[in-house]
Amino acid sequence: MGITLAYLGAIVVLPLAALAIRPWELGLSGVWQELTAPRVAAALKLSFGLSAIAALVNAPLGLLLAWTLTRYEFPGRRILDALVDLPFALPTAVAGIALTAIYAPNGPLGAVFAKFGLKTAYSPLGIFIALIFIGLPFVVRAIQPVLQDVDAEVEEAATTLGANALQRAVFVVLPAIAPSLISGVSLAFARAVGEYGSVVFIAGNMPMKTEIAPLLIVIKLEQYDYAGAAAVGLAMVAISFGALVVINAVQIHLAGRGRR
Amino acid sequence: MTHSHITRRGLVGAGAALGAAAATAPLLAGQAFAEDKSLTLLNVSYDPTRELYKEINAAYAAYWKGKTGQVIRIDQSHGGSGKQARSVIDGLQADVVTLALAADIDEISARAKLLPANWQSRLPNNSTPYTSTIVFLVRKGNPWKIKDWPDLVKPGVGVITANPKTSGGARWAYLAAYSYGLKTGGPAAAKDYITKLFKNVPVLDTGARGSTTTFAQRRIGDVLLSWENEAYLTIDEFGPNFDIIYPSSSILAEPPVALVDKNVDRHKTRTLAEGYLNFLYSPLAQDIIAKHHFRPRNAVAAAKYTANFKQIPLVTVDDTFGGWKKAQATHFADGGLFDQIYKPT
Amino acid sequence: MSGQRTSSIRLPGLSILLVLASALVMGMLVLLPLFEVFRGAFEKGIGPYLAAVREPDALSAIRLTLLVAAIAVPLNAAFGVAAAWCIAKFEFRGKSALLTMIDLPFSMSPVVSGLVWVLLFGAQGWFGTWLIDHDVKIIFATTGLVLATILVTFPFVARELIPLMQDQGADEESAALTLGASGFTTFFRITLPNIRWALLYGVLLCNARAMGEFGAVSVVSGHIRGLTTTLPLHVEVLYNDYDFVGAFATASLLASLGLITLVLKTGLEWRHAGELSANRRH
Repeated sequence: MGITLAYLGAIVVLPLAALAIRPWELGLSGVWQELTAPRVAAALKLSFGLSAIAALVNAPLGLLLAWTLTRYEFPGRRILDALVDLPFALPTAVAGIALTAIYAPNGPLGAVFAKFGLKTAYSPLGIFIALIFIGLPFVVRAIQPVLQDVDAEVEEAATTLGANALQRAVFVVLPAIAPSLISGVSLAFARAVGEYGSVVFIAGNMPMKTEIAPLLIVIKLEQYDYAGAAAVGLAMVAISFGALVVINAVQIHLAGRGRR
Repeated sequence: MTHSHITRRGLVGAGAALGAAAATAPLLAGQAFAEDKSLTLLNVSYDPTRELYKEINAAYAAYWKGKTGQVIRIDQSHGGSGKQARSVIDGLQADVVTLALAADIDEISARAKLLPANWQSRLPNNSTPYTSTIVFLVRKGNPWKIKDWPDLVKPGVGVITANPKTSGGARWAYLAAYSYGLKTGGPAAAKDYITKLFKNVPVLDTGARGSTTTFAQRRIGDVLLSWENEAYLTIDEFGPNFDIIYPSSSILAEPPVALVDKNVDRHKTRTLAEGYLNFLYSPLAQDIIAKHHFRPRNAVAAAKYTANFKQIPLVTVDDTFGGWKKAQATHFADGGLFDQIYKPT
Repeated sequence: MSGQRTSSIRLPGLSILLVLASALVMGMLVLLPLFEVFRGAFEKGIGPYLAAVREPDALSAIRLTLLVAAIAVPLNAAFGVAAAWCIAKFEFRGKSALLTMIDLPFSMSPVVSGLVWVLLFGAQGWFGTWLIDHDVKIIFATTGLVLATILVTFPFVARELIPLMQDQGADEESAALTLGASGFTTFFRITLPNIRWALLYGVLLCNARAMGEFGAVSVVSGHIRGLTTTLPLHVEVLYNDYDFVGAFATASLLASLGLITLVLKTGLEWRHAGELSANRRH
């Protein structure tokens, strides 16, 4: 117990304290100015906005994958199942370089998109693709076991009562998996907000347009602006952690209601 | 339950593997740090000098062995100039720094007090054993007919350069472009020009190497603002699909070198490190420098490779921008001119 | 299990459509990047590939990566077990605060996870001067890499174990203790066997992340070739050297590592689905 707390203190609390204290050498108004400066605000908006959209898009994608993997038997299912975790296991820098190679205008998929006048790499769309990539396993893995557990009897009862496939999906399955879906989406969101390695290569890094918040921290650091870097870092931790707490509360609420 | 026996063994095996790994850990660590510190140098440098210092380090090691009989090792760290300076300030144990611009070494002196403020006067030629400049790299045949700075702001031309806030080379490129703007009509025209120029930039990488990859490997953009040596290196590495264009004027880039006094005293490497920096000015090193398309200070080397270095008018930071301190504050500091380019309109 | 479910879906057209859609999503997002890595690695044939992997700097990067993981993963595993034990088997004040703290690194950007150590131990940080005076190197040395890695992979083992141990409760342990077993024996004879698969699973995840981490270690590495570059950083170094074959060859090592992890993990899941399923209900 004591050791646990000491380890926790050394590894998490102490560094966080450093992060939490450092920005205030700018003063309260200094920190506020730092965070509301157009470039910082734009980067924060981009990071959180795109992460939220990517996490939301991951919900139907993850649902699709989890549904297919649990409900259908088809050749290659187990391979597909195993590969879902790949974005998690693949080092982010490697993923970033590979995604850029594929979605650059001269890459295999980037060229296809370019024909339709869509710019993928070096645009917000490129960041979006990278964020979907890293978030996907979180959603699939969160709902997959629950989907497997959803009682077949309940579904069959619904069928007996004359519910069609769509009704069953919407009224029986969806409520059951809602809490874990939310939890998966929120994890994907938290991961996406902080993501650095896989995004910097594909982002284009244009100030105000495709510059993500973690990159801005790195840039501030390189300008010896430690307090500014810590301020942005602290704001990111605060916002994404706050979001996680709120989402967890919603999820617990939903889970509680589901049980009743 | 038949496999419970096997699985337990598996767990023990995993535990043993971890134990073995933990046991070898000190051995591995020991191996990395057992060598004599006083015979090891760490040169912290910027991006485009990787190939150069690889060759210079080998030459210096041979020279030192011939002189003293000692076998030395020189470690290299490369990255964006600002990032490297930041690492040294945060405690990276550099014996010598060889960065892209004087402002970054000034920061090390001012913030970490690792070397005196007058560091630049300690070695010949403002402590810059070689110079370079910024040129244009275009695709073979120059389809956009890019000849000079005004061609870069034409509509539709894609200009590739790195972020001046993080890349030393991009800072030189920015100043070169700005100095052209100044010539056409003072600060207002320069600001207008540089704004238009960056409107044509589709990707802003964090380092010069990143922007070269974007231009050459990903085939984005029509012209790359490049270090002169990087332009030649690109042709060596990516094949002859490119042409080098010298604009009507550019900037005299002076990448300085310096001894990090506090670190060499701690490592007892002062003699070795001083020898290393002086070696950069020797005819042998100057020849290597010129071979790698950096402009040498030594007249013999310059004459030997004269065909490689086209003479164009070059402005200096001191004359045109009032020194690095002023240039840094006006253009690249937070809220400076570069930030204003990206102000939403 | 899934065999039974198939019967409840009566639209073969829809199922084929959904399977194809899934395959398309996976192909575009996941398989292509993986394929690209190996294509790039073997672009110039097997010779340059082997040369790149055997190069001294690559070897020392492999060694460093293994070393960092060998320190960080067992530490986090031990902590994970201890923390899960505390949370699952005891009631105490501040339990939810402890849980929150364990989750916190999940919501931290890897860059921030590196930055905090610079703020603490960098030459300009809180303890910087003291460390320099005593000639202790943390940042830009193996220690710093280990610390950054530990922080990033901190929650993995604990997160896997907590729900499982909570589910199992403390009954068996209490029984053992009542029968006179020592705490030590109880732990090794009762607790550990009960959680071993979830523990191994957590360790695998932790290990995969530890070896592949880029953002955090990049801030504290110093990028000294052959000394403080881990495999992911070595990929970046080679990429910036325009050595794309080398970069992708190194990347393919990491990707293979990820694939091995996946195979192990999938194997675990098939054989021990019951024991693991508890952890899925985060």
